[in-house]
Amino acid sequence: MNLSMKWLKEFVDIDVSIKEFADAMTMSGSKVERYEIEGDKINKVVVGKVLSIEKHPDADKLVVCKVDVGENEPIQIVTGATNLKENDIVPVALDGSTLTNGTKIEKSKLRGIVSNGMMCSLSELGLTINDFPYAVEDGIFVLKEENYFLGQDIREVIGFNDTKVEFEITPNRPDCLSIIGLAREVAATFNKELKLHTPSVKNLSSENDDLKVKVESKDLCPFYSARIVKNIKVGPSPRFIRERLRAMGVRPINNIVDITNYVMLEYGQPMHAFDIRFIEENNIIVRHANHDETITTLDGVKRKLQPDNLVIADSKKPIAIAGVMGGEYSSIVDDTKTIVFESANFNAESVRNTARQLGMRTDSSLRYEKGLDPNNCLLALDRACELIEILGIGEISSEVIKVDNINKEQKRIPFDPIFINSFLNIDVATDKMKSILSKLGCRVEDGYVIIPSFRNDLNIKNDIAEEIARFYGYNNIPSTKLKGSCFGKLTAMQKFEQKIKDTMLALGVSEIMTYSFISPCSYDKIMLPTDHPLRDYISISNPLGEDTSVMRTISLPSMLEVLSSNLNKKNESANLFEISKVYIKSSKSYLPYEANKLIAGFYGKNTDFFIIKGILEELLYSLSIKNYKVEACENEKSYHPGRCAKILINNQYVGIIGEVHPLVCENYEISERIYIIELDIANLFENADFNIKYKHIGKFPAVKRDLAVICDKSIPVAKLESIIRENAGKILEDIKIFDVYTGEQIDNDKKSVAFNITFRSSNSTLKDEQITTSLNRVIKAYNKEGIILRS
Amino acid sequence: MKEQLEKIKLSFSDELESACLEKDINDIRIKYLGKKGEITNILKQMGKMEPEERPIIGKVANEVRNFISQNIELKLHKVREDALNKRLIEEKLDVTLPGKRINLGHKHPLSTVLDEIKQIFIGMGFSIADGPEIESDYYNFESLNMPKNHPARDTQDTFYINDNTVLRTQTSSVQIRTMQSQKPPIRIISPGRVYRSDAVDSTHSPLFHQIEGLVVDKGITFSDLKGTLQIFIEELYGKDSVIRFRPHHFPYTEPSAEVDVQCFSCNGKGCRICKNEGFIEILGCGMVHPKVLKNCNIDPEIYSGFAFGVGLERLAMRRYNIDDMRLFYENDVRFLNQF
Repeated sequence: MNLSMKWLKEFVDIDVSIKEFADAMTMSGSKVERYEIEGDKINKVVVGKVLSIEKHPDADKLVVCKVDVGENEPIQIVTGATNLKENDIVPVALDGSTLTNGTKIEKSKLRGIVSNGMMCSLSELGLTINDFPYAVEDGIFVLKEENYFLGQDIREVIGFNDTKVEFEITPNRPDCLSIIGLAREVAATFNKELKLHTPSVKNLSSENDDLKVKVESKDLCPFYSARIVKNIKVGPSPRFIRERLRAMGVRPINNIVDITNYVMLEYGQPMHAFDIRFIEENNIIVRHANHDETITTLDGVKRKLQPDNLVIADSKKPIAIAGVMGGEYSSIVDDTKTIVFESANFNAESVRNTARQLGMRTDSSLRYEKGLDPNNCLLALDRACELIEILGIGEISSEVIKVDNINKEQKRIPFDPIFINSFLNIDVATDKMKSILSKLGCRVEDGYVIIPSFRNDLNIKNDIAEEIARFYGYNNIPSTKLKGSCFGKLTAMQKFEQKIKDTMLALGVSEIMTYSFISPCSYDKIMLPTDHPLRDYISISNPLGEDTSVMRTISLPSMLEVLSSNLNKKNESANLFEISKVYIKSSKSYLPYEANKLIAGFYGKNTDFFIIKGILEELLYSLSIKNYKVEACENEKSYHPGRCAKILINNQYVGIIGEVHPLVCENYEISERIYIIELDIANLFENADFNIKYKHIGKFPAVKRDLAVICDKSIPVAKLESIIRENAGKILEDIKIFDVYTGEQIDNDKKSVAFNITFRSSNSTLKDEQITTSLNRVIKAYNKEGIILRS
Repeated sequence: MKEQLEKIKLSFSDELESACLEKDINDIRIKYLGKKGEITNILKQMGKMEPEERPIIGKVANEVRNFISQNIELKLHKVREDALNKRLIEEKLDVTLPGKRINLGHKHPLSTVLDEIKQIFIGMGFSIADGPEIESDYYNFESLNMPKNHPARDTQDTFYINDNTVLRTQTSSVQIRTMQSQKPPIRIISPGRVYRSDAVDSTHSPLFHQIEGLVVDKGITFSDLKGTLQIFIEELYGKDSVIRFRPHHFPYTEPSAEVDVQCFSCNGKGCRICKNEGFIEILGCGMVHPKVLKNCNIDPEIYSGFAFGVGLERLAMRRYNIDDMRLFYENDVRFLNQF
């Protein structure tokens, strides 16, 4: 909402700097977004009078003028303009002046003739033909103003010296979408009087009108008023109206339309004017639209209406969409003679829905949809007629046609100063509270605050407390520490997640954050089978684009995109992880199950499967998860079939580790090997052992033995290892694999695996026989499986 | 005999002089003092000598032997010292060469700031609550005093799953869930992802993080709200931060306020960063609306509370001087490695 300071001053006497004004208003709740002083870029542009015009001796298209700018001598200016004649009054940019767009004007020579400045066009001053309809669009702005002196600052002469203040008005305060509403806030903020004026019309035409108004949808139109104005003279508005509209950011059109806009800005009440010639049978009906009804609105667009849209209709057709926009057909044209002014109140929700359905947001609908005061309609109608009279552009009918279904009950809220003071922790006297409330148009009577009908937002005693707080000053309310005690802590799960993060960071993996929504094509890119349950994703019904249209059920695509973009940027390596949610449809609840997942992704020259597996093992170790199994897995389509494993705990799937399938990499334009770890955090949490107990460090010496076996290539090392674990007995302490060999020295389909085994007893020094017995059990077990000792 | 010993002494001195390795010195020790060494030989011949000569020669022989063994020790010490010094010199490193780093991972800047905020609030007795991101219209809007068609819904462009399910536009939804499941006193913060259908640019992202705070107890006042947020901001930005509370409107709080921090760049004078206001808005807050308490079966005549919501991205951008919100979600390692 824009505010013209000149206009505001009609209602409140304030005389503070604009900065002070803006700060004080912001602190009382009407936030000033910015302010702009009209013409503040313009400097040294004055009123001049053209004394003579002569041809330029060396240029056909230029003339040399002598211009009186109020100094002792006239100055010489060379121009190419063709709309000048002697005695014209013009804006003159003197030597060293600046124009609206920042252009500097300096003395110069044009084809050898000295020019001491420039005569300006409208646009050079930052104005348009709408501001001065008598001027020409191209060419020098020739003034037809009456009060001026030569050499006077042009901004004063043409009234281009208002200050525009832009407010952010919250949706609960539609009353502040008007000059008067804001003036009330200004008056309360600066403790000044609000000077309201009651509009009236002196001369009324006594002729009887033949206009009938019928409101069919009473619930959606609590009040409708109309008044006829005859013998209209349509033309441009006078300067004060144009100036004010401009400062408020509204384009002047013609005097009738301008008056409706002027009143809307001043009172916050949208108005409409119909040409009565186009109202069939002089019948106005406020009703729901019929099926398949259409209307071409003022903006020239033909719109199809729905039965829940409220329209203003004549006997045959809709002539306006109530509260949104008028019809083109019945609008004011140059030869309009008789008009009907409409000032009505429409249901906020209805206007809001209609505007949204039709995709229209107008100054009118923006106000109605927040809820307007029906008691404002007649004032606005009177003001419009008063302006007609002041401008002398029509004869106002004596009859005001109204249909009144306003709920006359006054809203009351208990006035509770004790509550207010304790709730805000302040100590404000009751009289002071009453005075604040009365500035806002409220009255305190019999222990109640009587709420004016324009303050829809005041309903409960907290609302009254806010009004007191606003004008007491939020910053004058003390700051106190919370009393009482509460114990703040993290839950076990929150600590567990923290531990995962800390461990990943310590392992050299950096944290990332990605969007929760992905493209549905991602599932094809990661080659997830078409019948895979993770393809049952949740879609956003109004996404920004296809790329961000579904809630991810798996975090792999987001990770691959990040790795791919890092590769594209020629980053040599990346070790990244993310803990984030995936969103899985639930059969039990209308909301999905949001599962927390850890995903880590790696590329770069110091990365291979076993480095990544080492990270995984270290992570699980740090989380005290020991009973997991890693099982080769060939059927995960996103992964290299020979380089992928499932991680299982008690046969329950908790995650996966692997190299990404080359075709998936290709889909993401990745040319390097990518390694991924995916883990389900809830499953890890279930299996983590938080109960760490110290085990005695062995006092007796350890004995190490090497054992090398030959077996089929297909037997996983994990199996060889588990045979040792199962058979070596209690004295086994640790197994390390130090060599896996395939090659010339053994058969083609065989491999040799060498272990370094540590034995230790907790209660004695081991004897050779004990170790031999243990190893023999292992070898025997190997032999049963056809695994032989390497000689 | 005496002359012989003198000769031995001389030849020993010559040999020791020219020896420079530990091994050579040991050979010399064996040659003179070993079982078959020259001094030993002389001592063996002592029996054949005149008895009166024996003590004299014996004394000289002992002197020579002591002389030899002392000098050998001295020489050995010196040779070892020389060798060590030589090694130390040879082993000199250019310690200005770079180290071989073992890289730590880098925490995402949003996480770092969030962790700090969690610490501040845990210190004031708050717990951390979590809630769903895909949320019902009821929890995201209706229970927060924003029924369908409420104009305030316009200020939060919403992603819909269907008519009754949305991507939460604010973490305030967790307020209701907490109040329904927990009796006062309540002190929680709820950090998390929220969604608005804003196109991506340097200051907007369709996904961002909010931290919601909620306190409900008997006798909570507006000044408790001010005090709590004052501590929060001072802890986050330093004791000298200047803040101001400004009236605002949220449907779920009454009174409502926005909190501005004095612009760090111009100290309140007004500059490009603060759009000439001297202050930058950082959070919204207010006293919990009685209707919201009622929706959660908490009696507003007995209890009161305050709530606040703060955008994490903005805090982190300010903290690290990050000028483009997109960087948080692009995850370029050159960005991540800076934190």
